[in-house]
Amino acid sequence: MATWQLVQYVVTGITVGSIYAIVGLGFTIIYSVTGIINFAQGEFVMLGGMIAFSLIGLGLSMPVALILAVVLVTLAGIIFNLVAIRPAGRASTITLIIITIGGALFIRAVAGLYWGRDAVPLPPFTGDESLSFLGAYILPQSLWVIGITAVLMVGVYLLLNRTLVGKALKAAAINKRAAALVGIDARMMSLISFALAAATGAIAGVVIAPLSYASYDMGIMLGLKGFVAAAMGGFTGVRGVFLGGLGLGLAESLAAGYISSSYKNAIALIFLFAVLLIRSRKLMVGEEGT
Amino acid sequence: MKKVVFIALALILVIGITPLMACGGEEGETEEYVIGAVLALSGHGSSLGEPEKQTFKMLEDELNAAGGIDVKVIIYDTETDSTTAITATKRLIEQDNVLAVMGATTSGVSMALLDTITDAQVPLVSLAASDEIIQPVEQRYWIFKTPQTNSQVVGRLYQYLESQDINEIAIISATDGFGVLGHGALVGETEDWDITIVADETFDPDDTDMTTQLTVIKGFEPEAVICWGTDKGSSVVAKNMQTLQMDMPLLMSHGIASMDFIDAAGDAANGVIFPVGKLPVAELLPDTDPQKDVLLAYKSDFEDLYGEGSADTFGGHAWDAFKLITNAIQDLVDESADVTSASIRDKLETAQLTGISGIFQMSATDHLGLGPDALTLVEIVDGEWTSAE
Repeated sequence: MATWQLVQYVVTGITVGSIYAIVGLGFTIIYSVTGIINFAQGEFVMLGGMIAFSLIGLGLSMPVALILAVVLVTLAGIIFNLVAIRPAGRASTITLIIITIGGALFIRAVAGLYWGRDAVPLPPFTGDESLSFLGAYILPQSLWVIGITAVLMVGVYLLLNRTLVGKALKAAAINKRAAALVGIDARMMSLISFALAAATGAIAGVVIAPLSYASYDMGIMLGLKGFVAAAMGGFTGVRGVFLGGLGLGLAESLAAGYISSSYKNAIALIFLFAVLLIRSRKLMVGEEGT
Repeated sequence: MKKVVFIALALILVIGITPLMACGGEEGETEEYVIGAVLALSGHGSSLGEPEKQTFKMLEDELNAAGGIDVKVIIYDTETDSTTAITATKRLIEQDNVLAVMGATTSGVSMALLDTITDAQVPLVSLAASDEIIQPVEQRYWIFKTPQTNSQVVGRLYQYLESQDINEIAIISATDGFGVLGHGALVGETEDWDITIVADETFDPDDTDMTTQLTVIKGFEPEAVICWGTDKGSSVVAKNMQTLQMDMPLLMSHGIASMDFIDAAGDAANGVIFPVGKLPVAELLPDTDPQKDVLLAYKSDFEDLYGEGSADTFGGHAWDAFKLITNAIQDLVDESADVTSASIRDKLETAQLTGISGIFQMSATDHLGLGPDALTLVEIVDGEWTSAE
């Protein structure tokens, strides 16, 4: 029970918590605009990492490869919305959620066919010598993850709450008809939210992958944890998903450190169960006035 | 008139159908023997299953091109999942009428197939590591395997540690079938060696951060760490240990015996020591080693087809399984005996093969037939395998 171990658990917890938060952010964005839970969010993260890997393999410099990967995944998110969500029209929320599950399976299968099933490495942004901090160690890449997560959280929060686009996005969620009456096209808002979620997902992917690896199925676990983080935050607030993600990461780390490592993944599922029980009423309520 | 037409039609139908019904078994002159395989072609066992499939394809073509018996290998994906594997195995047995089954790729999934195989009375040659697959042998009448067992691998590791004067170790194992059974071997073998386990952690093979578990381990200050899992999870353990600046020796299982581990772990792979069959270091063997020719031939044939440096021990286990079964079939044909699942099984129990995983001498009490000399120690240096002996 040394101090340095506690520091290490907290450092690890904040790092993985940031990962969960940044993945969960995509869930929150789409839900707060369309009421849909996009179960393909994890796949956007995966595509970010895998496309970046391919682009780097083609010889592009890292900054170019990463930016291009984010752009391409954003496009993928737009296409996904146009092809899978928009044609469903006035379908119920449940139907749309199931469509996203189908989309996730499809994207994952195609990725597995194209890139194969093996893990691929991505180079860290600024080197991989670990840094020492109060007896604990942290990789420079982990600092990137925490930093970029914080920046994205602030950025998306400002976008949703302080800009006209953000107000339009939220208006479409509150009441489609009323929003339409003031010239806000709900379908366009849906498209924007998917593009934004895909972009943040891709950024998550390229910044997370260097910590371990990228692979065609990395979206499953990350999507689940991100979903839990978003659920803990009630799905509607940026602050909520940020705190939810950090809370989940810290709880996992502390439980695995002080109780038993077998609790690590159990924690996410316990939290999920608890959150769904408590918040089930809120999640099941549809949009007003549709 | 109608009655006559009706009877005539019925007769024609019956006469027409009977030959079709008889058509289940034999065809023209060349009998094609059907063998099945259930392999992990997706899921976390896929880097092991893929070279197994490639080896089967290569050997199937090779055997059919040569004179003698013809075989057909039907391969299904287990997705590294027990339920999927059971369904696939049943399909092989009931619909494809295979004489024998090869697989599964991983230990947990292989264990799941035992009941199905025993009930169907079809021999299984598993490509997985754990001892429990073929023990207790009285309850494994139909089950064989080709890879070295976990306890042999652990024995080799402990032998090495003792030679380095290391007695206090930490173990970190995956929570999948392979990891759990390996954990059992690691704990069980400590009785025979002067080894104490001071820390015992587990990790999910799909998890991407094991820093917390390693932090616990670091607190116990072990002299060495043994990680037991397949390549993805193990690569994260190696990377995390480097991050935490844990410099003690890191030993792993034969689950990382492929280039995928080095690709994923990068620089963190250097210094890792693990036991493996002789294939990766075949060129370094003395010419007097009876396996050397077989190893080099497999390596060059496989790499001609699939690329430089692609041959690995997992494909080697598949090679052994294929040869054991097809040799059994060939022997039966030479003796003009019936080729059935039961007769193949009996032949397997007397099999002798200079194979890739070792020199096999099967018996009624040993459905693996390998000794500890089938394993050699490898150390990863500069992203390459070198002999650690």
